Amino acid sequence: MKVGLFIPCYVDQFYPNVGVATLQLLEKLGVEVVFPMKQTCCGQPMANGGCEQDSKGVYEHFVDTFAEFDYIVTPSGSCTYHIKKHYDIIEQTPAVQKVRKSVYELVDFIENVLKIEEIPVDFPHKVGLHLSCHGQRGLRQANASEITGVRDGQISKLLRKLKGIELTELDRNDECCGFGGMFCVTEEAVSARMGNDRIADHLRNGTKVLTGGDVSCLMHLEGIVKRQKAPIKVMHIAEILNGNQP
Amino acid sequence: MNHQNHPELAEAFNKDFERTTWHDETLWFVRQKRDKAVYPIPEFQDLRTLASEIKDHTLSNLDNYLLQFEENARKNGVHVHWAADATEHNQIVMDIIKKSRPVGAEERNIRLVKSKSMLTEECHLNAFLQKNNIDVVDTDLGERIIQFRDEPPSHIVMPAIHLKKEDVGETFHEHLGTTKGEKDPQVLTEAARQHLREKFVAADVALTGVNFAIAETGSFVVCTNEGNADLGVNLAKVHIACMGIEKIIPKLHHLSVYTRLLARSATGQPITSYTSHFTKPAEGKEMHIVIVDNGRTQQLGRADFRNSLKCIRCGACMNTCPVYRRSGGHSYDFTVPGPIGAILSPNIDLHKYSSLPFASTLCGSCTDVCPVKIDIHVQLYKWRQIVGNNNELSTSKKWGMKGLAKVLSMPKVYDLSGKLARGALRILPHGMTHNQSMNPWAKARELPDAPKQSFKEWYEDNRK
Repeated sequence: MKVGLFIPCYVDQFYPNVGVATLQLLEKLGVEVVFPMKQTCCGQPMANGGCEQDSKGVYEHFVDTFAEFDYIVTPSGSCTYHIKKHYDIIEQTPAVQKVRKSVYELVDFIENVLKIEEIPVDFPHKVGLHLSCHGQRGLRQANASEITGVRDGQISKLLRKLKGIELTELDRNDECCGFGGMFCVTEEAVSARMGNDRIADHLRNGTKVLTGGDVSCLMHLEGIVKRQKAPIKVMHIAEILNGNQP
Repeated sequence: MNHQNHPELAEAFNKDFERTTWHDETLWFVRQKRDKAVYPIPEFQDLRTLASEIKDHTLSNLDNYLLQFEENARKNGVHVHWAADATEHNQIVMDIIKKSRPVGAEERNIRLVKSKSMLTEECHLNAFLQKNNIDVVDTDLGERIIQFRDEPPSHIVMPAIHLKKEDVGETFHEHLGTTKGEKDPQVLTEAARQHLREKFVAADVALTGVNFAIAETGSFVVCTNEGNADLGVNLAKVHIACMGIEKIIPKLHHLSVYTRLLARSATGQPITSYTSHFTKPAEGKEMHIVIVDNGRTQQLGRADFRNSLKCIRCGACMNTCPVYRRSGGHSYDFTVPGPIGAILSPNIDLHKYSSLPFASTLCGSCTDVCPVKIDIHVQLYKWRQIVGNNNELSTSKKWGMKGLAKVLSMPKVYDLSGKLARGALRILPHGMTHNQSMNPWAKARELPDAPKQSFKEWYEDNRK
């Protein structure tokens, strides 16, 4: 099994520890991981901004970088969703089709390819899970409250089995945090308000460590936590599963 | 109107923190009521699929079903009119009204009572009729409130949802003479009720919208909670029903699929209080149906957007939308606000509404809540591309995106740019990196710490 690690651009630049945790975690789980040095970005920022035509070169570069792998694993549901869903505007060569099929969000890969249901980690903290929309509704990694009242999903399944962990029961389990790519600056007022409201929900219900599957949402939420000096530590799910402590 | 419209209006809305909280929580309450009504129905997801498929079929055969509807309605003794656009629609309605002047009432204005119709809002019918000396009274309570205030609806099901009971009290004090400061909903509703009774009794013509028009019977169905459509229609001599071409369903037995979905999705009720079927005029009365296109066939011709015409106007996408809840219906500046409005409006005027497809985080909640499975967030993404391709983006964004795309397709340039940017962020003072007029991010958020090493640099040092 040849596995390529994709570390999204903003994770590479601003959250290298999430990349390190992802790599170490996969290695602990017995996966031989290759990190292609010429990788950059999946192209989502421009595409969500209405400029997907400009992204074509980035798409092609991504495919060129990762076509050789059986699986492409990344600590981002959002980038995974983008590659699967929106790489339909370039010619569907066998390489493009292969890449779109073999890209996996990290937790999805752990549960559904590696078939690992439990990770032996102690995490005696009260953890609030932020469900990132692209992983949840885009990749169907978690139930959506519009469809069922049962709150369950891939990340919470793994989290629940960590030793000593307590999961926060939120008032609104799957409301968007308001990051939304360019939205976070073009619609700053609403974006900030949405993020504020998510943090308020976590604070109200006792979250001490806030986690999730997408660094983009977490970067936005952490920005608010830091500004408000709220007593919450933000960690990506890869860091928790890798055994890092807050 | 420029493309920054929604962000500006949304920012203004958010200036009142408490009121934004109230607006968000009020609509979230409706969303939760919807959930409580939906979860116990085991076949709810199957109903959504069925409703979506019936609409697929209908939209693919719309020409035939519309003609079938017309033929059957005519057989029932109903007058059927066709309007290509809002202007034609308004003219047709006015002509019918003018012909309905009762004998002996030459000196006074003709009196029209309306039950809720988003189509007539879309066509700006009220203003047109009033200019032509017709007294127009909206009889839906929410619609009457905003009519007094001369405001457009802020929601398609709850048109006055942006107003608190105190606001309504003030409006009724001014227009209905209720006591100043009165805010008891029961007292206010009773005042509206007495006021509206007089209008119902005195009306010459009643106008309603149409929720569903059934091709095989030529009849149509109007859903209300207040019974105001029935009161109006049964008291006035003439009934005018206005419908968009997409309201057709093929057969009567398809109706229950939609009535089960509509009220649950809209307000969490199992069914609307009144589901009124209209087939033919009562003896001595007239019934007219005005079938309106007004841009709908153009949308039908857009492969990526045609299924937006499946919309049954339940408003669930508004109640669920975290952006709508925190920006209010008026921030969309279009008759139909919220996510569905953001995919319908660019069809009408791409330039004017070019900010609306961007008034979303693409979270997808609208798509999952939609009772007829319109892929709203997918269409928002696709409209963004059309906005981009039609040069409706700001110059700075357009070139910024092109520049970013270039950088991200050249690994060496990307690595270097990242390194320089992180270096700058580390060196520059906080006041500069977080300058709020330069950096909207920093108004409410801190930037992430800029690490010395990127992951790539760490990897090179540690694993190669």
